[in-house]
Amino acid sequence: MKARVYVPRDAAALALGADAVAVAIAAEAARRGIDIQVVRNGSRGMFWLEPLIEVATPRGRIAYGPVAASDVRSLFAAGCMSGGVHRLYLGATDALPWLKRQQRLACRHIGVVDPRSLDDYLADGGGEGLRRARGMAPAGIVAQVTDAGLRGRGGAAFPVGIKWQTVLDAPTSPDCAQKYIVCNADEGDSGTFSDRLLMEGDPFSLLEGMAIAGLAVGATRGYIYVRSEYPHAIEALNAALVGGRDWLGDQAGNFAIEVRKGAGSYVCGEETALLESLEGRRGIVRAKPPLPAVSGLFGQPTVINNVITLASVPGILARGRISTVALAAVARAVPCLSSWPATSSTVVWLKCLSALRCASCCTTSAVARVRAGRCARCRSAAHWAPTCPSRNSTRCSTTRRSLP
Amino acid sequence: MANLAAIERIVAAKRTLPGALLPVLHDIQEALGHIPPESVPLIARELNLSRAEIHGVISYYHHFRQTLPGRHLVRICCAEACQAVGGEALAEHARTRLEGSDLTLEPVYCLGLCAIGPALQIDETTLHAHVTPEKFDALMAALAADK
Ligand SMILES: Cc1cc2nc3c(=O)[nH]c(=O)nc-3n(C[C@H](O)[C@H](O)[C@H](O)COP(=O)(O)O)c2cc1C
Ligand code: FES
Repeated sequence: MKARVYVPRDAAALALGADAVAVAIAAEAARRGIDIQVVRNGSRGMFWLEPLIEVATPRGRIAYGPVAASDVRSLFAAGCMSGGVHRLYLGATDALPWLKRQQRLACRHIGVVDPRSLDDYLADGGGEGLRRARGMAPAGIVAQVTDAGLRGRGGAAFPVGIKWQTVLDAPTSPDCAQKYIVCNADEGDSGTFSDRLLMEGDPFSLLEGMAIAGLAVGATRGYIYVRSEYPHAIEALNAALVGGRDWLGDQAGNFAIEVRKGAGSYVCGEETALLESLEGRRGIVRAKPPLPAVSGLFGQPTVINNVITLASVPGILARGRISTVALAAVARAVPCLSSWPATSSTVVWLKCLSALRCASCCTTSAVARVRAGRCARCRSAAHWAPTCPSRNSTRCSTTRRSLP
Repeated sequence: MANLAAIERIVAAKRTLPGALLPVLHDIQEALGHIPPESVPLIARELNLSRAEIHGVISYYHHFRQTLPGRHLVRICCAEACQAVGGEALAEHARTRLEGSDLTLEPVYCLGLCAIGPALQIDETTLHAHVTPEKFDALMAALAADK
């Protein structure tokens, strides 16, 4: 197998010269007769280290940065292909202090996978949510998203399950039996570029989330409305759509997604203005009601969600149904759970659940292991000692409360 | 009138899309650099819309232009995060620097590079971060050189 070298293609890395670095690496490797594959991944988010290159070694991925094209020759001379030490050597990527303490959910594939490779995405655990959703009834999918407590990431934090349920229940008009999934990728506010980071670094998560939404409400068409200021995100999504067409259109699913480009209107980030724009008009807000969930795109029931909202869905489905009973049992056993801020419920629930330890046998629980409120190993019910969120500490780092 | 034939082909390729107007306008602008006024009646006829509707859409969206840009289109981010790190001074410098040149200068409101501003985009393809007036001059000199 060819040695893999990762050079981000994220717009931020490009603005800092990543393309020139990628070219220099390919040329230097060829000059030295080393057979390599340059993978253009997304950004890990450490822009102060971009372009951050990573080399896959038996010790894991080793990072160097910030790399300029003029550094490439000396990097190879220092043996970067086997993780050699150099002025720009940062060590194992996963051990970098800023990354080490993070638990990534929606962003878990970004920077790790090749955003143009469906195989890479599936190998990194992607696709499991859609696979499970294909075996479920629409109401079951909606229930799972509701139970997880997922809220919209577009700003208003509206519960996603309630929105989806409305669309699932909404009748289509007889002349046009079509519901729609619309992704709001207009990200107009300065300072927020998480949607862009995800679309460029992990487009398959978004496509998967949309396909699951389609199964949940009975929609077979989706649109991603991306602002025109993000040409690289548009390119990444279109490339992923080419690679993922068969996967999305698999048997029962048959979900078709189209990327639509905005045209420089901030107001089009508002959901009804966005729908107007998709229909080919000026981005002028509609009066509500009717809600888009009842009468949205082309007058049909429409789910409209933000990029991160939809990209969070595969992870929720992949974890299997966490029963509300189990959650309640866990919540009783974990005093600090009730005081978590409600707005970030999903992340916090999962964070807490994955950091629990059985008080009887001391097994640390994976989320799946607390299903039905029992420890998978010793079968004891609901004896979960919280160690959240930094494992093994008895104090909750959010509430600062010490635990019994 | 070579333009009209090209425009006709573009409209024909997209006219059956639901909500086809924005994709059609994008394709025309991508191919010709702008949306020529003479294309409006043609689009109106093909999409079964009024000319006023088409004009309303073109003039509403900042991205669409009805005149040809210069040899290159230089966009400087004027949104808050870039303003906070010298974006306004850069824009002011750029205005003076590009006066009377064959490059077109436009403001853009956030390129998603807010953590590494001031940010700049050339021709919707190339991005630059941490742009100082000096770096700007160097970039423009490079653009002038590859005529
Ligand atoms: C002026 C205005 C601009 C908005 N811009 C965006 C935006 O850029 N991205 C976004 O996801 N939501 C934006 N919203 C919120 C959307 O209207 C809508 O609530 C959201 O897309 C719903 O998705 P969610 O429930 O997944 O958050 C904006 C709202 C307003 C009023
Ligand atoms: S504010 Fe300038 S790139 Fe976002």
